[in-house]
Amino acid sequence: MTATFLRRLYFTVVALFLSAPLIVVAGVSVNARQELTFPPKGFSLAWYGQIFTDPEWRLALIHSVTLAVCSAAIAVAIALPLAWFLWRRIAPWANIFQVLGLAPFILPPVITALGFLSFWATVGLFGHFFTAIISHAIFFVTLPLVTLSLGFASIDRSLVEAAATMGADDRTVLKTVVLPLILPYLVSGYAFAFVLSLNEYIVAYMTIGFTTETLPIKIFNALRYGYTPTMASVSVFFVAVAALVFGSIAKFGDIRRLLGAMSSDGN
Amino acid sequence: MRREAPKSLADYTPLLFPGLMLVVFFVVPFSTMIAVSFFKRNPSGFYTPDFVIDNYARFLTAFFGGVLGFSLLLAVLVAVCCVAIAFPFTYLLTKRPRRVQTLWLVGLLSVLSLSEVIIGFAWSTLFSQTAGITNLFVAIGLMDKPVALLPTFGAVLAGMVYQALPYTILVLYPALVRLDPTLLEAARTLGASPVRAFFNVVTPALRNTIVATLIMVFVFALGSYLLPQILGRPRHWTLSVLITDQAIYQSNMPFAAAMAVFLVLISLALVGLTLLVGRKENAL
Amino acid sequence: MSGLDINAITKTFGNFTAVDKVRLNVPHGTFVCLLGPSGCGKTTLLRMIAGLEEPTSGAIVLDGDDITPLPTHKRNLGMVFQSLALFPHLSVGDNIAYALRIRGASKEEQKKRVEELLALIHLPGFADRPVAKLSGGQRQRVAIARALALSPKLFLLDEPLSALDAKLREAMQVELRQLQQRLGITTIVVTHDQREAMTMADLVVVMGHGRILQAAPPIEIYRKPADAFVADFIGITNLLPAEIDSAGRTTILGTAIPGLAMPVGVAKASVSIRPEDVHLGEAGGRAITGQVTFVRDLGGTIETFVEVGGTSIIAVATPRERPNVSVGATVGVTLPPESCVVLGP
Repeated sequence: MTATFLRRLYFTVVALFLSAPLIVVAGVSVNARQELTFPPKGFSLAWYGQIFTDPEWRLALIHSVTLAVCSAAIAVAIALPLAWFLWRRIAPWANIFQVLGLAPFILPPVITALGFLSFWATVGLFGHFFTAIISHAIFFVTLPLVTLSLGFASIDRSLVEAAATMGADDRTVLKTVVLPLILPYLVSGYAFAFVLSLNEYIVAYMTIGFTTETLPIKIFNALRYGYTPTMASVSVFFVAVAALVFGSIAKFGDIRRLLGAMSSDGN
Repeated sequence: MRREAPKSLADYTPLLFPGLMLVVFFVVPFSTMIAVSFFKRNPSGFYTPDFVIDNYARFLTAFFGGVLGFSLLLAVLVAVCCVAIAFPFTYLLTKRPRRVQTLWLVGLLSVLSLSEVIIGFAWSTLFSQTAGITNLFVAIGLMDKPVALLPTFGAVLAGMVYQALPYTILVLYPALVRLDPTLLEAARTLGASPVRAFFNVVTPALRNTIVATLIMVFVFALGSYLLPQILGRPRHWTLSVLITDQAIYQSNMPFAAAMAVFLVLISLALVGLTLLVGRKENAL
Repeated sequence: MSGLDINAITKTFGNFTAVDKVRLNVPHGTFVCLLGPSGCGKTTLLRMIAGLEEPTSGAIVLDGDDITPLPTHKRNLGMVFQSLALFPHLSVGDNIAYALRIRGASKEEQKKRVEELLALIHLPGFADRPVAKLSGGQRQRVAIARALALSPKLFLLDEPLSALDAKLREAMQVELRQLQQRLGITTIVVTHDQREAMTMADLVVVMGHGRILQAAPPIEIYRKPADAFVADFIGITNLLPAEIDSAGRTTILGTAIPGLAMPVGVAKASVSIRPEDVHLGEAGGRAITGQVTFVRDLGGTIETFVEVGGTSIIAVATPRERPNVSVGATVGVTLPPESCVVLGP
């Protein structure tokens, strides 16, 4: 009885801690007038409309979405052949590429960002939009690499052997057995990279921040030059997108497994 | 398809694109940054190629020593708070039904993926005078009038714990969810209460996991580049904030790069330590 | 020449020799069981036949063609894996039609063949079911049907029934044997279960330490084991020491066995005699005298354990011929010489 009560209390406190700032932001975002008050005075969804109608916010949204869509795609394109090779071949030295794929995500982000800044500045491409796409792709390659490695590890190798005994060569096996089985992991890897790219600030700022605004950059700039409730509505929009994407992964895939609930070799 | 060693050059083709991308866009930029850390600052542009160690020599000032000490202390504090909250929480979470676990994981991932900008904005709102939590305290009669709770050290700490807590829980989750439940059941049959069994059995069994998690959260917290800036005063700035500031606002790329190299060395040393701890765990 | 010829095939992993110069001829249409304890090399041998392992040396010849250099997918064989390896992302019908589909067979052709095979394995109408919804026995049959879809020259099975419970396994053994006889397909099964091998095989190949110890029809393996390992591995046996005494007679445990001849020049050897060939009676006369230490009444058979000078002899009888003994009784053990097999040194 009391144990259950204490556990519920504990869960509630953690839930409150995690949601309190978001609740306040959500409250602020529906203020009727342009003021930072909570509880909100009046009710208006106008600030949500702003994201799509205000030219500056809309442009930032388009930049962010373009960046996320493209960089996540490139990240997957890098991770898929790498994860496949590491699963298919015995080549211990190739693990160096796995380390390279994991490093940008483990190191403090400022470092990776600064690395990109010095690189693009040195090669004279600083400020071009595509540099942010490539930078994000490298920065977030870790995510599809991890999900795909998990996915490959979960494939029973006898499935591939069975296909070979029935006359399938390597290419056919890849197309008819491996890819269909890996697809959920590929989609979640893409989704993870997409959401994080959408939210990323420092790498985007250090590559294209002087010429282009993405949503996080726009929020930060707005924060420095005064308050507008659109910042709050955009924040809520971000939380909603993340919850939607991760919720879909949970619904159509096994999110517990993706987060390591089962050992990678087990079933 | 059994694993086999590559036989011909053609077998290496899948590595071509990933290898090229990672080398050109990660190894080369990283090396560039190291090179830049030895360059000379050029106020009119970015920098001029040179070989000077002035940028590193600047570390030896009292100011820099203070920033470094504060950064490390703050990161330690964040790591300890997060693990202290997250460890029992994650343990209890793994005992809940799958649906509850999934729901929490979705929520945690959503918070974890949030931009530092948004977290900073949300906490600055929560701690603000006009829209903050103190308005709630006024409403229930705890306070006379709302006050601003920032910029303070407490605000920085709260924001950074908020940022790192989902990360901590997700790092601990695999180890705790795979913990052999019979271990605890055995302790229970021997007469230990659930709380006692948790402290006597679960915690010691996962001692190395806890240490590894502390280090990982520490490195994660070291990387926080905006929260000290938004929620604190300049004296609460950390190494990451300083790097950003030098690179962008002071246009001193070489010095920023030198600090970044220094930060990498600290992080790498700690990640290496984590791997070492992890290896010991597996050996047991 | 028709059939499968395995020619001095060897497989080494580092210093470990998994399969050591194995030679075997399997005539067309034969059902072979590779039998042995785990680690004896039987699975490695099967995988080399399938092309899933590359032999270190030696050749595999099928119907006169050397298939050793051919990759698995060009060998035209059907294989059932221990894990069954049914594709989880495909339905039962798509699993069975896989081999036809990747060869570009038309939809009608695939459908027709799937229906034929589902009828063959007694699962008509299962084509659209997801694999995950099948019971263990059904999955087993689907895996067999899938392997037979192209009417392969060679049908290989790696411990195919190990996941099933004892009763279902016995039923499937009979079914598999009947199916093989109907199709007349050359079949090789790896198993560690000697009952399974006895039930199904035309030819039992007993392996140990990477070598073939004996290859013969089941009843011959049982009646005339080549050595102590085979005798002990196949069923229960009594392994007793025999020697020539000073009078030139062959004795077992000190008692002369008239009519049992030792090979020329051999003074000491092991003799194998099956428990059902051991007779119990009154002590005295020509029988070996011993004491009953344990009686196991299994209903269908009765096993009696008799100790003779520190050696235990097991005798099995049916209830009809129930020996009238109890623990502690002194009995006479008779070993008919025609049932004793003198084993090689």
